[in-house]
This record gives sequence, structure tokens and C-alpha cells, in this order.
Amino acid sequence: MHELSLAQNILETVRQNVTADELSKVREVVVEIGAFSGVVAESLKFSFEAITSGTELNEAVMTIVDIPFCLKCNDCGSETSTEIPMMLCSICGGINTQILSGDELRVKELKLAEE
Amino acid sequence: MEIIKIERKVLAKNDAIASEIRGKFEENGVFAINMVSSPGSGKTSLVEKIIEYFNGRVNISVIEGDVQTDLDAQRVSAYNVPVVQIITNGGCHLEANLVNDSLKNLDLVQTDLLIIENVGNLVCPAGYDLGEDMKVVVISVTEGDDKPLKYPKMFINSKVLVINKIDLLPYVNCNIEQLKQNALKINPALQVFEISCTSGEGVGKFCDFLESSI
Repeated sequence: MHELSLAQNILETVRQNVTADELSKVREVVVEIGAFSGVVAESLKFSFEAITSGTELNEAVMTIVDIPFCLKCNDCGSETSTEIPMMLCSICGGINTQILSGDELRVKELKLAEE
Repeated sequence: MEIIKIERKVLAKNDAIASEIRGKFEENGVFAINMVSSPGSGKTSLVEKIIEYFNGRVNISVIEGDVQTDLDAQRVSAYNVPVVQIITNGGCHLEANLVNDSLKNLDLVQTDLLIIENVGNLVCPAGYDLGEDMKVVVISVTEGDDKPLKYPKMFINSKVLVINKIDLLPYVNCNIEQLKQNALKINPALQVFEISCTSGEGVGKFCDFLESSI
């Protein structure tokens, strides 16, 4: 259960970023997941729900922002997105490439209910 | 609603410990590899072959990661090298804090090459930095030639690909050229070695590469 330990990391981050009083006001935890981060969004949401239900964070829902894989080729300058993340440029076959996005696994922001 | 910006990597804590480990390795002149693969591809056999090949010429220490049992540590300790077993009790990968704790039981000053054998799993270990110099992904020909396409992250994050069990090629449905092509499509910078831990073929070449990296 890889996602469960990630959910615990996320929970810790939430706790570090709000005061004890604010915890019960957290309504949304926005998490960015890249296409090849290796994380199953549904499992992560399920795990987060499992460890927060019945706590101050009972009403906090995890929202996932999917980030596509994007590769930049330094030879031909193209920016491409392939279904399977490949570091070989699919346009010119160049190997001088860099990943622009797709590896993210980040807590983006928290949304809190106003007073 | 009030919005609090966080922008923090979920694995930030793991990465921080990994940096600390990397510092310890640099300070003590340790070259560390994180060996990853699916279960049964021959990681432990390769550890044994590496130890045999260097035959004491290079000081090797080993960290074994498994979900259960210390069977691998028992196997490796027969070669008289320092070995620590990490049992994850269900955890599907090693994390930096586990490795950091286990370093207390190893003499880094007396280690030139540290081999961290991760839990057999082609998915989860890809995302966890353990402070290693490089990930070495091992794949055996019995697993088929499509695995790099199915588990791309592991191949993107590795520097070296070791294809094991090449002695079995005549008996299995695996096109090794296709396997290499698939892996290099995912990560063209991979250095590829073809070996058989059973016959010993190719093991020397891989070990020479390791020695040149130390």
C-alpha cells in the first residue's frame, strides 16, 4: 500500500500548514499528480479518506489535478506528449531531451471554509 | 474559501533524508547503487556475483530490503561482507529513513561500494530516492521484452539496465533486441549490460563498469 504512506505524508503536510483551530475548516486538499508519478489517484483519495474520517479533517476532500507528461527536445525544439512517457523525441528521434512535466507529486494548496 | 498555497512535494521529507545520506556517502567515499527490479529477476544472485568478482579487492557492504525474512542477508553473509537486512513488514519499497537507520550498522569508512537491494517491485521503488549514486534496474529475459513500456518510470529513473538470465534466451519468448529498443525508447541514456548470473557471462563487464564508477 504505497498510496497509504503517501496519504500520511500529505496529512502531515496539511497539519504543518494550518493551526489546530483551522484543521476542521479544511474542505479541500489539492494534490498534483503527474502522468508517470506512479501514483493511483483513486487509491490515494481512498487512503486519505480512510485516515481522515472521524478526525478534525473529516470534511476535507482530496482533489486531484492531473499533469500530463511533456518532453522537450533540445535538438528539434519540439514539445511533445506521448501516452507512454518516453525520453526519446518522437518527432526527430533525438536523445537530447528534458522532461518538462509528468513526474509531479505535490500538495498544491488547501481550501478552508471562511468563518 | 480561503486558499493556502503549499506547493510542497509529497516526498519532500524522504528527499531531505536522502540528501543527508548522500552527504554521508560523499564524506566517506562510498559509491552506492540502488538495485531495483521485479521479484525473481536475480538481484541477490547479481549481488553474490559482484562480491565473487571483486573477491575482496573492493570493500563491499550490502543492504538487503525485503517484505519478510532475512533469507537474502543470510545468503549474502556467507560471502563474509557486512550486510544489513531491512524487513519492511508489508512495505512495497525502501524509504530513505529505513536506509538511514540501517547505516548505523555499517562501517562507511570501510566501504567502497554499497549495494542497496530494494524490495522486488517495478513500481514503487522508482519514486524513492535513497541517496544512491545511481539506480540499477535489473530485468530478466523471462519477464518478456515489453516491461520497459509497462513500467516506464523505473527505466526513466535508472542509469543502468542489467538484462539477466540471457542463458535462457533460447527457451523463452523474449526478443532481447526488442527489449533493449523498448528500454532505450523510454530512456536513451541507459547503459545496458547483458549478463547471466548462472553462466557468469557478462558479469565481469558490468563489474568493471562499477569499478570505473567508484
